[in-house]
Amino acid sequence: MTLKRKDLLTIRELEPEEIFLILETADSMKEIASREIKKVPALRGKTVINLFYEPSTRTRTSFEIAGKWLSADVVNISTSASSVTKGESLLDTGKTLQAMHPDVVVIRHPVPGAPKILADRLQASIINAGDGAHEHPTQALLDLFTIRERLGRLEGLKVAIVGDISHSRVARSNIQAMRKVGIEVRVAGPATLLPRFPEQLGVEATTDVEDAIADADVIMMLRIQRERHGPTMLPSLREYSRLFGLTVERVKKAKEGVLIMHPGPINRGVEIAPEVADGPYSLILDQVTNGVAIRMGLLYLLTGGQRTER
Amino acid sequence: MRLLITGGRVIDPANGVDDILDVLVEEGQILQVGREGQGSGVRGQGKKNKKPGNQEPSTTNPDRVIDATGKIVIPGLIDMHVHLREPGREDEETIASGSAAAARGGFTSICCMPNTEPVNDTASVSEYIRELAQKAGRVNIFPIGCISKGERGQELAEIGELVAAGCVGFSDDGKPVADAELMRRAMEYATMFDVPLLPHCEDPSLSAGGVMHEGRVSTELGLKGIPSAAEAVMVGRDILLSEYTGARLHICHVSAAESVRLIREARARGVRVSGEATPHHLILTDEAVRGFHTNTKMNPPLRAAEDITALREALIDGTIEVIATDHAPHARSEKEMEFDYAPFGIIGLETALGLILTELYHSRLLTLPMIVERMAVNPARILKLKHKGTLAPGADADITVLDPDREWTVEERELQSKSKNSPFIGWKLKGKPVMTIVAGQVVWETT
Repeated sequence: MTLKRKDLLTIRELEPEEIFLILETADSMKEIASREIKKVPALRGKTVINLFYEPSTRTRTSFEIAGKWLSADVVNISTSASSVTKGESLLDTGKTLQAMHPDVVVIRHPVPGAPKILADRLQASIINAGDGAHEHPTQALLDLFTIRERLGRLEGLKVAIVGDISHSRVARSNIQAMRKVGIEVRVAGPATLLPRFPEQLGVEATTDVEDAIADADVIMMLRIQRERHGPTMLPSLREYSRLFGLTVERVKKAKEGVLIMHPGPINRGVEIAPEVADGPYSLILDQVTNGVAIRMGLLYLLTGGQRTER
Repeated sequence: MRLLITGGRVIDPANGVDDILDVLVEEGQILQVGREGQGSGVRGQGKKNKKPGNQEPSTTNPDRVIDATGKIVIPGLIDMHVHLREPGREDEETIASGSAAAARGGFTSICCMPNTEPVNDTASVSEYIRELAQKAGRVNIFPIGCISKGERGQELAEIGELVAAGCVGFSDDGKPVADAELMRRAMEYATMFDVPLLPHCEDPSLSAGGVMHEGRVSTELGLKGIPSAAEAVMVGRDILLSEYTGARLHICHVSAAESVRLIREARARGVRVSGEATPHHLILTDEAVRGFHTNTKMNPPLRAAEDITALREALIDGTIEVIATDHAPHARSEKEMEFDYAPFGIIGLETALGLILTELYHSRLLTLPMIVERMAVNPARILKLKHKGTLAPGADADITVLDPDREWTVEERELQSKSKNSPFIGWKLKGKPVMTIVAGQVVWETT
């Protein structure tokens, strides 16, 4: 079985079977990380271009390592989106890249829908590595992978996502992905940072964080990005932390052994207390490790690889 | 030059005419509208009440006889809201290409918004536009002047001089007049000339950074929303100022149900406010933005289904009196950008009538006379365009002939506009203008 699509732009477009296929393929990739020689020839002769219009350390590195462990040639292009208006348009950049015959272009861009511009016109497979506040599909896939790895299942679980839901691509992709595999999602955050129509995303929204996390199996905290949403949304990080931060006390009120996730990078002491981030139930570093496996699986599937039997 | 249009259904709401009649045109004016086959009809006469033997045998020897059997003959359409881009962005549209697009769309008169480069805030720009319009020789072009110098929203433009140079209304379109004091004074000042203000209503602090309607779809797509309140807040402010100053107000491109409610209430208490809706706001919702096609990006944005319902109701009950296109040409290279970076706006001149006939006439929401009122009669009245919007003898011979049942497809290669930024390309429509006559000259006809 292979993915029957050229690109991965959104979780929204994926069938649940495709999600499971990616998770299972990633499973078989994960073992490579524990080898002494971390390299398999699966993507030998393939070219992967990382085209990043926003600064990123973990996602870009994760894609780069994933490509390299699979023996692909990986090229990184970092550029600032602000130069787009005076310089080359995204479409022209895309055409230029296409002329060099890459097999996969991984794009991160501050504008929702930007990856689709490339997907519609390039022969290469396009992977969305985050487009504005729209989607971040590989993050959601690695999050599902991480939860399943720890709890052995997905269906029937309850997840609370807390923070700036309205500007978060991680939230949008995770909500979609989790609902597709049967997870119940609640979101919580300040009224200024909740989407206006949460029911459109298929979730319940609340401004009461303790209520949201009360019976959750997993709490996913989002990074507060004050630079993204300007000064009118929150009075201060201090007040945010007091009202919504995941403190040890709050975790105690939640279910025993509740798992803690965060897409990173974390603001210690703002949305999450250091003791919680580093605590026994934190999956934050597992998420990073699994990110490589998910991206290996995805690169493999999109370049036409057959699913390897374990 | 004599023109006889024969056998068509003449709809002239300004004169209560709706009948199979002949229209005789001479020297750029309507000479007579009368009974088929009779040379001497009297406009508005009773259906069976022929008056044979009336004075002149004027249908003799017309230079051209146009058989309009099965067609509708109406006063030429007037589009109050067009961006022609000249001077400044002649790569996107020129006065000549915009005139051709208007003619193809059945419009005999269009009003061009002042946000050109330079903006139309001086008589010399107005005169330049009118000169080029004359040269293009297609349709009548009436300039709209700036409310503020440079559309900067700080000082009043020389409205008196602009009126003298032919401006028929005032707007900083494309930009709202954010400063309430300036708007108040503009209204007071405009009352001296009895010219309407045509505000683009948008509170810039509420819309900042927004690229589509703030609603269910923006929630999903993660695009920054422009709430309906951004428009309605300003509509409310301008209505209150109009009520206070007595100025005539015409709200451009109304898109939100909340704005409709404010306009309806204001009209009920006698405020001199009218409004316009565009075909795209009457037909498309924010659902069209899925797929991130930048030809669904305009300002105000495509709103929700509830807003379409409210706009249609308002159009039917007369709260919104005008259909205008907000024709906004943009270069392909600028539209083929990421959604946030693409400019707002779509072209509309060549699809407006076809869309309205398809979506509102054939669905029995509007009758043909109602459409003529909203696309010809009311614009002429609001802008005080003399001898327009009517087929009365002595009126300018600006006439549109339309075929309400002609089926056609919007083809990009047929567009006369220099820009092709339309979300309606490929749409199959029913009803289209087949001939456009300006001052007695045929400026467009469909083969």
